[in-house]
Amino acid sequence: MSTDLTTRKRGKWLAALCLVPFALFFIAFQIAPLVWVAVHSVSVDDGWGLANFSKIFSSKFYLQAIKHSLQIAFWSSVIGIFIAILGSYSLHQVDSKLRDFVMAFSNMTSNFAGVPLAFAFVILLGFNGAVTLMLKKIGWIEDFNIYSKTGLIVVYSYFQIPLGVMLLFPAFDALRQDWRESAALLGAGSWQFWRFIGLPILTPALLGTFVILLANALGAYATVYALTTGNFNVLPIRIASMVSGDISLNPDMASALAMILVSLMVVVTIAHQWLLRRSYHVAR
Amino acid sequence: MSRAEVGLIGGLYHRIVVWLLFLILLLPLAGTLLYSLSTSWSATILPDGLTFKWYLELWSDSRFLAAFGQSLIVCFGALALSVVLILPLLFVVHYYFPKLDSLMNILILLPFAIPPVVSSVGLLQVYGSGPLAMVGTPWILIGCYFTIALPFMYRAITNNLQAINLPDLMDAAHLLGASTWKAALFVVLPNLRKGLMVSLFLSFSFLFGEFVFANILVGTRYETLQVYLNNMRNSSGHFSSALVISYFFFVLLFTWAANHLNKDKS
Repeated sequence: MSTDLTTRKRGKWLAALCLVPFALFFIAFQIAPLVWVAVHSVSVDDGWGLANFSKIFSSKFYLQAIKHSLQIAFWSSVIGIFIAILGSYSLHQVDSKLRDFVMAFSNMTSNFAGVPLAFAFVILLGFNGAVTLMLKKIGWIEDFNIYSKTGLIVVYSYFQIPLGVMLLFPAFDALRQDWRESAALLGAGSWQFWRFIGLPILTPALLGTFVILLANALGAYATVYALTTGNFNVLPIRIASMVSGDISLNPDMASALAMILVSLMVVVTIAHQWLLRRSYHVAR
Repeated sequence: MSRAEVGLIGGLYHRIVVWLLFLILLLPLAGTLLYSLSTSWSATILPDGLTFKWYLELWSDSRFLAAFGQSLIVCFGALALSVVLILPLLFVVHYYFPKLDSLMNILILLPFAIPPVVSSVGLLQVYGSGPLAMVGTPWILIGCYFTIALPFMYRAITNNLQAINLPDLMDAAHLLGASTWKAALFVVLPNLRKGLMVSLFLSFSFLFGEFVFANILVGTRYETLQVYLNNMRNSSGHFSSALVISYFFFVLLFTWAANHLNKDKS
């Protein structure tokens, strides 16, 4: 019995040893860079202090980057989730062949982001893009600038849609068809069903998806970089330009800006975890 | 209106919404495909003529082939590293220290919550010089891509592990005389094959499209496909469209394989 216990103990030690390589790599590539950024965000020429942050919050240029980031993230998430809600609900109501096909396609296009997506949108919606020309001919638009804030919101919305569908589609499982029928039997109209049953059940999932979309857009770098060659003022572009640009390298300032982005992401992630715990799950 | 009529109209509405969703998602891809196949297309709604010459030009460009190969090397390297690091971790956590699982669930949120552009700031400084100078080499990308694949592989394989009931399986193997090593390798691992393969295919499809780390940390010193694509910005739009479509074809292949495997399981 006692030998059995010691071998078990030795097994546990050996097992813990197996965790070491993972821990080393995780620390090297995830924790260490983050710690470096956190430390240097509060380092100034003569020691420690919050000078970097006060510089950011008194600079119109940096504040504009933060504002642009928040605006683009918010509007692209609103548009993305709106289309995803309509789409996921209808996906539940069509035959399984069409549903499986469109779901598979949607999941695939979630990989269509960043540089290739920027290229595709220039072809379609650039100054001489096919869709721009078509819409101009019909007279729906005067002009369209894909390199502007509105243009970026359109492009971002595109990559939000597949993610929104992927996250929301399972949530609609919670709305059982028989509830709808019971509500109708008890005399509830369509509006009443959504107001008192549908929406309250879906709310945590909707908000949870919304914050994920926000985070997705806040951290996005490749799309806006490829589209505007780094000339549009958003947070990720500002951060990268201060560590990898040819001029004005300033890693401490980049760290301070990065910490602002991280704190926005942390708020979003915590909100998501909290909403996740509150959401309804279908009993399987 | 009768009930059947309402049902019919409702059904039509949902079909239209689903097809519209499909069209919205298809449009940029279809536009790029058409552009990559057209001889010239500017200031008109439809192209002038169709050709394969952009694909021929692309697939005989040595810089493209090099970038393609380098992307494959980095992705496969990162996936191999992830398997070697994550499989033992999963086994040890779930068999010996189940309490660690909740800590892991917090740790794997980090790659989600910390945008690559933030990590890059630190990585450039920590590994820019000194004994671990890795900036500008594929090694740093392999390490970073491991952190990207981690949350995804951890979750996918955890689900698989819970489905096979690890403690019972191990007890049964022990009872039949297998050592813990043997049981882990020859009993548990084969049962995880499908979950592992699915998560590898999907991880590959998004690592293949990674741009931020590749561009900031390495750039042209070890050009991957996405960096090459960005650097080709000033070449012909038809040429870069052929590149986008070729890239997406590979992503499609790998997501299709993952989907196929997933279906087999159920």
